[in-house]
This record gives sequence, C-alpha cells and structure tokens, in this order.
Amino acid sequence: MTSGFDECGMLSRSASLAPCAPGHRVARAYNRRMNTNTRLHHAKPFGAAVLLVVAILFSTASRAADAPPIPDTLQQRIMACTTCHGVHGEGTPDSGYFPRLAGKPAAYLARQMQDFKNGLRKYAPMEYTVRQLSPAYMQEIAEYFAAQQVPYGRSPLPPVSAATLQRGEQLVSKGDPARQIPACASCHGSQLTGVQPSTPGLVGLPYDYLSAQLGSWRTHTRGTVTPDCMALVANRLSASDITAVAAALASRQLPADTHAQAAGSVTPPLPCGVLGATGDRT
Amino acid sequence: MKWLLRLLLLIVVLVALLLGWLFFGGAHQPTSPAMSKVTAATLHDPALIARGEYLAAVGDCAGCHTAQGGAAFAGGRSLATPFGNIPVPNITPDRETGLGNWSFEDFWQALHDGKGRHGEWLYPAFSYTSYTKVTHDDALAMFAYLQSLPSVHLPSTAPTLEFPYSVRNSLTAWRALYFKEGVYKPDPNQSAQWNRGAYLVQGLGHCNECHAARDSLGGTPQDMHLTGGQIPQQNWYAPDLSTRQNGGLQGWNEQDIVDLLKTGQSSKGTAFGPMADVVATSTQHMTNDDLHAVATYLGSLPARTLAPEEPSPFNAKALVQQGEKIYTQQHCVDCHGKDGNGVAGIYPPLNGNSSVTEPSGINATRAVLLGGFAPLTAANPRPYSMPPFAQQLNDADVAAVVSYIRGSWANKAPVVLERDVSKYRQTPID
Repeated sequence: MTSGFDECGMLSRSASLAPCAPGHRVARAYNRRMNTNTRLHHAKPFGAAVLLVVAILFSTASRAADAPPIPDTLQQRIMACTTCHGVHGEGTPDSGYFPRLAGKPAAYLARQMQDFKNGLRKYAPMEYTVRQLSPAYMQEIAEYFAAQQVPYGRSPLPPVSAATLQRGEQLVSKGDPARQIPACASCHGSQLTGVQPSTPGLVGLPYDYLSAQLGSWRTHTRGTVTPDCMALVANRLSASDITAVAAALASRQLPADTHAQAAGSVTPPLPCGVLGATGDRT
Repeated sequence: MKWLLRLLLLIVVLVALLLGWLFFGGAHQPTSPAMSKVTAATLHDPALIARGEYLAAVGDCAGCHTAQGGAAFAGGRSLATPFGNIPVPNITPDRETGLGNWSFEDFWQALHDGKGRHGEWLYPAFSYTSYTKVTHDDALAMFAYLQSLPSVHLPSTAPTLEFPYSVRNSLTAWRALYFKEGVYKPDPNQSAQWNRGAYLVQGLGHCNECHAARDSLGGTPQDMHLTGGQIPQQNWYAPDLSTRQNGGLQGWNEQDIVDLLKTGQSSKGTAFGPMADVVATSTQHMTNDDLHAVATYLGSLPARTLAPEEPSPFNAKALVQQGEKIYTQQHCVDCHGKDGNGVAGIYPPLNGNSSVTEPSGINATRAVLLGGFAPLTAANPRPYSMPPFAQQLNDADVAAVVSYIRGSWANKAPVVLERDVSKYRQTPID
C-alpha cells in the first residue's frame, strides 16, 4: 500500500485494466486514499483530519524534494525527438547535422517518420526512436513541429570555390535541362521554403545534412513511396554537383517569408509518389 | 578451442548423417491439404480463426515473421544468429512461397516436432523447443488463422550458415541435447490458473528463448528456466524472471507483471528494446485472465542463489563520482529523481529496476545511448520518452553514469567499463 500503483492494481484486478491507464493511476489511488480517510472521519474526526493533512503535506513535500511535477505536454513527451532536433525543432545549426523540423509541412514530417519505421530511410537512431509510434502519434508530433516558428541559424560551410557555388546556384534555380535535372525551386518553391502539404523547405538546412541526403538517395539508404522523384534527381547529379548544390543551398540568404508555399502552387516536373503527382515528363 | 569444437561437431555430424540415413532413409512425404484429416470447412470456421488470431498474437508469430515495413506474417527477413543468418519464412497462404500447400498435419509437424514439410529438421531459431508444448487444438486454431490471411508472394532467401551448422542433419545431435518433444502436461498439484500461466510461458509465449542464457551451441540447458541471459547478436539482456529473493524481478507483485505486459510499464520498470516490441505486438493483446495466469506462474518461480560478488578490478570511486555529476548535469535527475524512484506512471524508477541491475550492464548502457519511447499500447497511446545520449556523452561518461545508477540507492550491481560502452555503441539496432 505504499504506492499508487499497488492500490490501482488492486482496484483493477477484478475489472478491466482500462481505468488503470498511466496518468489516471495516481489520481485514482489518491481518491481511494481519500475515501479511506472519509470512512475514518466518521469514527475519529480529529485523528483523521491530522492524518489527511499529514498525508497531503507528505506527498507534496516528497515530490517537491525529489523531482518537479512532469507537465502533461507533447513537448515533454517527445524529449527523444527534441534532444537532437531542438525543443522547437530548430535543429542544431552549430554542429551542422540534425535538420530543422520547425515549419516543415506536417505531412512531410509524418511521412519521414513512416519511412524510418518502414526502413525506407536508414538511420539507426531514428529507426529505433520511431519504431513503436502509431500513425496518429506521428501525425501529432509532425503537427507540433510544423507549427513551430523559430529563427533560423547558420551552419558551417566547407571551403568551396566561387565556381562551385555558381554551379550549385544554377542547379537550385535553373536545373540542368541537358541532364534532365529539374531546378530545386521547381518543386520546393520559388523561395525554397517548401510547398504544402508534403514538400520540405530546403533553406537553412546544414550543408552536411543536405549532402548526406542526396548521397543517401544514391546508396538506397533514403527512399520513399514510388515513384521516388528525388531518387531520380539525386542519381542524375554527379558527386561534384552534390557538393555544389548543398553548398549553394546552405549559403543562401533567407527570404523574408519562410513559410511553405500554398498547396497546388507548383506543378512538379517529375512523377512523385509522395505528392500523388504524375508529372509532365520523366 | 574453436577448431576442436568444430572437429567434434564434424564427427557428430558424420555419425548423425549415417544414423539419419539408416533410420530415415526415405524422404518424408508431405500431406496434401486434400488428404488432410482436417476439412476445409473446419479451417473456415470463424470462431476457430478468431481464437487462432488471439493465439498467434500471444505467440507473437508476426514479431519474427514480418520484415521491417513488410506485410505481416510474410517473412522476408533474416534472423542473425552466432552461427549465421537464418531466413524467416513467409507463413501467409501463398501457394508458392508461403503455407498455401500445407496441411494441418505439416503445420503440426513443424510446430510440435520441429520438422519441415519434407521431414527436414528445422533450425531452432524457430522456437519449437517451446512450441512443442502447444496443444493440438491451439495449433489447429492458429493454422486456421494463418490460412485465412491474405496471400503475399514473397520468397525466402537461403540460409547463410557456417559449416558444420549448414548441414541440417547436425541438428540430430542438437535435438538430442536440447529438445524434448511433448505437449504441456498440467501439474495436478497446482491451480488451473497456474497451469494456464505455465502453459503460456513455457509454450506459445516462448519466454525462455530469450530469458535464459544460451550456451556455445545455441541451446538453453534444461535446468535454465527463465534465469535470464544475454540475447545473442541483439545484445540486450533478458532479465531473470523470478520475483523472489535474488530474482531479477524481486519485489514485483502480480499486478506489476500484468501492468508491464498490458501497458508497457509498471511501477517497477518500463519495457524497452526487444521487450517493447513484444509488449506492443503481443502481450498487450492478451486477456486479463491470461496475463494474471502468467503473473501467477512467474510469481511461483523459485528464489535464486546470489552470484558471488567479484572484487572490482579497480577503485571505482572516481568513476561513480563522475557518474553522479553527469546524472545531475545531464538532467537524468529531472525525470528519474534524486532518489532514483522515477515518476509514477511516467518515468521508470532506476532504484531496484531489474534492467538497471542485470548482470551485464548492457540494458542500462544501451538505454542511455538510445533513449526512446515507452511501448505504445492501447493503454498508453502517447508515451513519454527518454532522450538518446549517444550524441551527447562519450563512452567514458556513459560508463560513469551507468556505473553510478547501478551502484546507487538499493542497487548493488558492478560498474560498467568504457570499453563495454564502445562495444554496445556499435551494436546494430534491430
């Protein structure tokens, strides 16, 4: 009878376990204790009152001395996410790897969790973290990060030549029609801030993360539902193109409005499974 | 040593091959579904199928027979063992790649005898050492359920086992050592509830396949019953399950066990690693009666003898002091408390937690490195989580903080070393 759990356990033994769900346990056990005290109250009013006061003081004191109350918020629940991606999904621009999640379209974020869970995206810490999550919980977490608005940070850039940056800028805004490489902006929005509901923004992402992702599509450690348009694009890029485009994206000035563009505001030039788009050429 | 073992095995294999040829000269003929004693009408009985669905969840068939992101029960993955990789077969009713051409007789032979459709020995990665205890009726229900699944066409890969394990008949020797065929026999001196629990734990639940140490041939010696052990390749430690003195679950009451299996967490600890998957796909779906039966049986496991304390190879004081500092600085204390008692219903206690104090230190080390969510169950659909510290703490710091929690409060487990942390940091996930 020392903890709420035991009491709750005794309550639920003969009935469904549903009332014993976490969160309700302590309250229920507490109510039960209160009921016990109410019965005592009839017998020995003074003693019961003292007991009650002591019980309340003791429970408050022991809790305060030990650990502060844990807030029942999503932010508190998802510390496994925020420890790397930041409390508001701001990423870790300084260290240059963990990507920003804040403000990315929710459907995109939920899709990435699904892809990690299903092994389409291979990154062990993410696969381990999301392996248990349900679609509903993923959606809730995705919406949390999609709704965050925090300033962008700048990430370190490797030393690249002006010519490389120029080539990168060309790929970002114009693509390379000779090699059937569409411009980044043709899908990710004219300001590269993403497009609702499923296209991520590219501005403000670290160089390391961007180049790693383009490489992953080529080594089949990042994929998504077919037809996987980014796999096509990444495989049409040369190794030096990947450096160039990642450097150009990571060094771009941020636009005044960093929100994702409205849904339907771009016509993807390639068939993309995630967008349900068939594309106008392949 | 290894070559001697191989030579010995080689001799055993040769003798077994000879004996096998003598005794089982002709290849076994599978029973076609048309020739089966079980009619198609029986297999289509919705009540039987529903019971089979429940039993398949209790046995967590889908846990192994589903690839990451793949169709349930369609196999398509490999199980890594110290002897090589063993493909997990498709058990949907696809005719070419699944159980479509199987009769119940074939299924029973696999589950009960560990023999394939053509009479070949099955590798014990398929836990027939436990499933042999499953009753004929329960096996029939599961077969009816599996046959009712949508067919998925997915061929298995070939096993990639090292010699001599690649010779299936080497299993003749293995079976003689570790396999005792036979349906569970109720103990008349025990209650019906206890017997139900024993049947579930020893049979379909195949708890002992993880919760006992395997020897160098990958078997669990007969006297090792739920005494805990390191899971090969996966590198997690499945703790001892005795609730009595010196048991891994010492101090757990019946409700604690039921809570953990039903919701993923109890007042004594939270399931994580492979057990989190077991809770999510299997035990949370069990009826309260069955969960209480399991808890009753586990509660009857005997007290354990205390392993003699090994003298520490070095003075661990500095390590533990460093660990205490990290425990506070890295905010471990915010959730698990100064007294290590956690927050009831949210964060597990570390004080007296069997996963913290298990002999190897693997579980606490990997929990610190990986963090992660508590199991997601119907009772806990939005679980709280723990941050992974792999990116923030180096091996020495992880060793220090794990050593601290293993030796603080009522915990008296030995320290873990930096080199152990570096090993577990590299362990593949899954």
